Parts: sequence; C-alpha cells; structure tokens
Amino acid sequence: MDELKDVLLKYVNAEYVEEGGDPVGYDTPLISGGIVDSFSMVSLKRFLENQYKISIPDDQATPEAFDSVDKIAVLVRRFTKA
Amino acid sequence: MANIGSYEERIKNFDWSVSEKELGYKPGDILNIGWYCSDRICQQGKADKIALHWEGLGGAEKHFTYNDIRRASNTIAAFLQSLGHASGDRICLFMDRVPELYIGVLGILKMGGIGQPLYSAFGDESLYVRLENAETSAIITQRKHALKVRKILDKLPHLKHIIIVDHDGKSPLRDREVAFSLEKAAPVEDFGSYPTTSESPSLLHYTSGTTGQPKGVKHVHYSLISQYLTAKWVLDIREDDIFWCTADPGWVTGTSYGIIGPWSLGVTQCVLDGGFSAQAWYKFIEKYRISNWYSAPTAIRSLMKAGDEIIKNFDLSSLRNLASVGEPLNSEAVVWSEKVFGKAFLDTYFQTETGSIMITNFPGMKIKPGSMGKPFPGITATILDPKTYEPYSETGKIGLIAIRPGWPAMMRTYWNNEETYQKKFKNGWYMTGDRASIDKEGYFWFVGRDDDIINTGGHLVSPFEVESALIEHPAVAESAVVSKPDPINMEVVKAFVALKPGFTASADLDLEIMNFIRKKLSPLAMPQAIEFVEQLPKTRSGKIMRRILKAKEWGEEIGDTSTLEND
Repeated sequence: MDELKDVLLKYVNAEYVEEGGDPVGYDTPLISGGIVDSFSMVSLKRFLENQYKISIPDDQATPEAFDSVDKIAVLVRRFTKA
Repeated sequence: MANIGSYEERIKNFDWSVSEKELGYKPGDILNIGWYCSDRICQQGKADKIALHWEGLGGAEKHFTYNDIRRASNTIAAFLQSLGHASGDRICLFMDRVPELYIGVLGILKMGGIGQPLYSAFGDESLYVRLENAETSAIITQRKHALKVRKILDKLPHLKHIIIVDHDGKSPLRDREVAFSLEKAAPVEDFGSYPTTSESPSLLHYTSGTTGQPKGVKHVHYSLISQYLTAKWVLDIREDDIFWCTADPGWVTGTSYGIIGPWSLGVTQCVLDGGFSAQAWYKFIEKYRISNWYSAPTAIRSLMKAGDEIIKNFDLSSLRNLASVGEPLNSEAVVWSEKVFGKAFLDTYFQTETGSIMITNFPGMKIKPGSMGKPFPGITATILDPKTYEPYSETGKIGLIAIRPGWPAMMRTYWNNEETYQKKFKNGWYMTGDRASIDKEGYFWFVGRDDDIINTGGHLVSPFEVESALIEHPAVAESAVVSKPDPINMEVVKAFVALKPGFTASADLDLEIMNFIRKKLSPLAMPQAIEFVEQLPKTRSGKIMRRILKAKEWGEEIGDTSTLEND
C-alpha cells in the first residue's frame, strides 16, 4: 500500500472527477487524457504544495510530470526527499 | 502563389459576391451550412474523400469521408426531429472534441435548429446561465458531462431532452435523458435539409460581458460567405491540404474554422481530442502530414517552453501555412516559429461577434512580427478617438478598433438582449472593445482591451461573473477580479478577496476558493492567484475600483484617485 499515492488518488477523484463519474486510477492519463487541463494544473500544484509543504518550480510542473497519479507521486517524492 | 494572390489587387473593388459565386449561391437561394459542408461536397464528386481524421484517448482513431459526415449529420438531424425538435430550437452541444460534436453541428443546422456549442469544461453554474438564457430545448452530451446537467435540470423547464451519445447501459437513464449512438443508429441516407435562408439563425455562441451575464451572439447561415473565403485566403487551404484547427468548437474559432471553413472548402481536417502535450502535437502533425495549422498563442508559447530539441524527433516538413488566433501573438513567437518550422505563424484577429477573420497577416505579405496585419478585403477597419468616436486622421495614435458593419459573418444580435447589441455601435461603427494603433503602412498593432474583460489563453472571462460566483463562497465578503500578466496565457485571473468575520486567510482557504470557482464556472475562470485583503479600494459611492488593482498588477500608473474612499 502506498499512502502517498492513495492520498493523491483520493484528491484527484474528489476534485477533478464529477460525482458519479468514472473514477481515475493510478496510471490514468490526467493531462493528456483531458481530465485535468493546463489551468486546473495550477490548483493541483497548489494542493501538492500545501499538503506536502513543498515548492515545485514552474519549470518542473510540466504536463508530463502531472500526467498521472503515479507520475505526480514521483514528483512529490523528489521534493519531499530534498 | 498563395490563394489570395496579391492583397493589393484583392482589395480593389472587392465584393463578397466572389465568395457567393464560388459557393454557387445566389441571393435569395436556400442557404443551409449543414448542406453546404456535406451534401454539396459529395455532389462535387468528393464523397469518398476523407473529411475528418479523429484521434482520441488511448490511441482511438476514427475516420470519416464526406459521405460519412453527410449521412451521419442526416441521422442526427432526423433523430432530433423524431424527438419533436423543430426549426429555431436551440440545441446545445456540450461535449469533448468527439466526432459527434463536429457532425452534430451540421445535423442541427440541417434540421433548421440553432446550434449552441458550449465548452465542455464549464461548471454547472456557467452551463445553467447559458442554457437558461437561450431557453435551450435539447442538449447533446456525454455521460460524464450529463452529470453536470443533472444538477441544474430542475431549474431548466425548457430543456426537454438530454441526449447522451455514449450511454453504456450500465446505469439507468434519468428524467429527460435519451441515448443516441451514431454508430448504432440506422443511417439516414436522405434528409431534406430545412430550407434556411441567408438570415436564418445558425449558431449561438456565448461570450463574456463586462457588467452582465454572458451574451448569446446570434449568427446566421450567411456567415458561410465570410468563413469560406477567409479560410481560403488567410488560412490558404487548398484542395489537397490537411488542415488542423486546434480550437474547441465551444468557441467561435472552433466552429468558423474548425467546422465551416474547411468543410465548405471540401478539404480533409484533423481533430485531436486530448490535453496538450508537445510530443503528442508534433506526433499528430507528422502522422497526418498536416499542411495548414491554425492554433493559439498560448499553445505556441507552451510549445516554445517545451524546447527546440524535441522538434528534431519529428518530420514536420508537411507544414506549409501556420496561423494563430485568440490573443496577440508576441513577436518572439513569430521569430521562434520561423526558426524551428521555417515559417512564421500568421497572426489573425477576430471576435465571437465578428464571426470571421477581420484583421490579419496574409500568406505572401511582408510580416511585421507582433503586428495584427491588415484588414481582410471588404473589411473597413479603423482606429477611433475614444472621446469623439471619429477615426483618427493621423497614424500611430492608440484608440479603439472599430469596423464598418456589413460583412456576412457579423453577428445579428445578442440573444434576448437587443439593447446591449445596439450599444456596440457608435457613429455607424461596430466597436470591438479592443485598442490598437495603425502604422504608416496600414498595419494594425494591438494594445489591449478597452474594458475589464480578461483574455486568458485566448478566452474571455468576465470579472463580474467571477466576482458574482466568489461571493457565494461562505468565507467571502466581497471581491474584485482583475487580470494578471502571465508568460504563457498572456493574462490570468487574479482575485482580491475580503473575508467575512470569523474566517482567516490561509493556504487551504486559498485552494478551496480556487476549486470552488473552477467547479462552479470553469478552469479558465479559476483565479490563479488570490490575495486576501482587509478592504478593497472603493469610490466614495461604494463602487470597487478594479482599475487601481489592475494597474498595480501590471506595474502601471494608478492614475486619478480623487474619488477613492478614505483617500
């Protein structure tokens, strides 16, 4: 069980998937899949920064880095370990 | 030689009958865009030509010939009629960029309905005000978006049907919901298109207003005359071209040039239904050998951000004509595109209200990076003195962009709001609400909006609409919304918020308010920055002075503050 990924998955499903909609999984494409658009990425980034007390530079908050819960977890771990 | 040939020759004695003749239209004839974009092309012997290459999530692909879109639009038109919908009914399309959206527009037009495409990321409040204003009778949507419609259904007595195009049968349909599958429906080979004429309403596109709710811009079938010719002369679309317009049909570019322009010309176009990724976009261009690409400055700047190295992994040699729309294209982006693609993006300018390109850079014309270019033939554009509303007699002065009414794609009114429509005209000029100057060679140079409307990523957002939604949040006492500079989107939404007693500013509250607006209105309207303040600057009569807050954000002079309260 990966607690970080579970928190992220729960948040993404609560905030970016309409109630009653098909829930996303760990590897569901979020950005390229049109679930989270470039504007909404700003609020997702803000959540990560608030939740994990980290600061993600804009040049690393790329559509590729945010494209799935799995990838976001990698990004968060990189900053929480730093 | 580009389609337009010589711009100087074209503007001499220009008449829109050039376009009418090419389309085989004579004044007084029946004019139905749905028929012109499908049946007519088939009658020209292009029934088997590909009209649409579509790619969606997970590598899904669909390909439609002109005969396919003719038959599919017949099928949609007949289905709508079978439900009791008739000419003049407003039929909303609320979908991602799936084939049903593009073909559905033609189907609605064929049965005489008025298409009302709405951006699928709209939240339930944004959706409600637009459906309520138009008294929409049906909405064509997908399962995931139908969930938003369900939330507001009780407040929409005019909405008779929610047509779900991807119903899987796993969960039951609810009140007023019906399923329709383009793939499973019996194809309708022959459908007599409704005999619309030049002034029959065609599309209703909603646009943000400064002080009121969104306005429904009413277009008519005669818009085809402008859209056909501008697509041909500006986007330089030719018989064997492969065209890609990246705009969503929820916005005017997506219908004028993502549906009507290319299909009335009978060319093949491509649609990529997915989020932005430089890799995916370049791969798409390479795969379909796209020759004409119409995109937006925000996307171009995002591609610039992704770097030049990635481009080397793709064969983009098919690209021939690049154009951009939605917001001013900065000179750096023009220079960059020349460097990496060997071609400059041509900046084009138009609005929801104008329906077709007004001022533009043309293929073959000398490009001045950062300039809007020159008026399209038949378009009389000028810069007015903001005090007298008379054209400046000298060049170089900044004033209001105004256009002499009379081109075919001009809006005919704002839906149920003729009063506001009439206010868009001064001294016989249509006032765009934008500011610019003209140089000695006749090139226009964009300066900015003349009002508080925010242009974010090429989409207009009303501060009024965001402020109205903000005060519905339990913590917000009052707010002021302004634009903030942004390197990718040109502008983004910023909110200044005064909290109610008992609430404390915090990072969590900041995020909660952002998400509140994103879900209620849309991701575009979500403030990307929130500043909590004790009080907002107001006039002595209590009016919030957005001007002061905006000037601070842009590092500009604050100007006259004599009416400021507590000054």
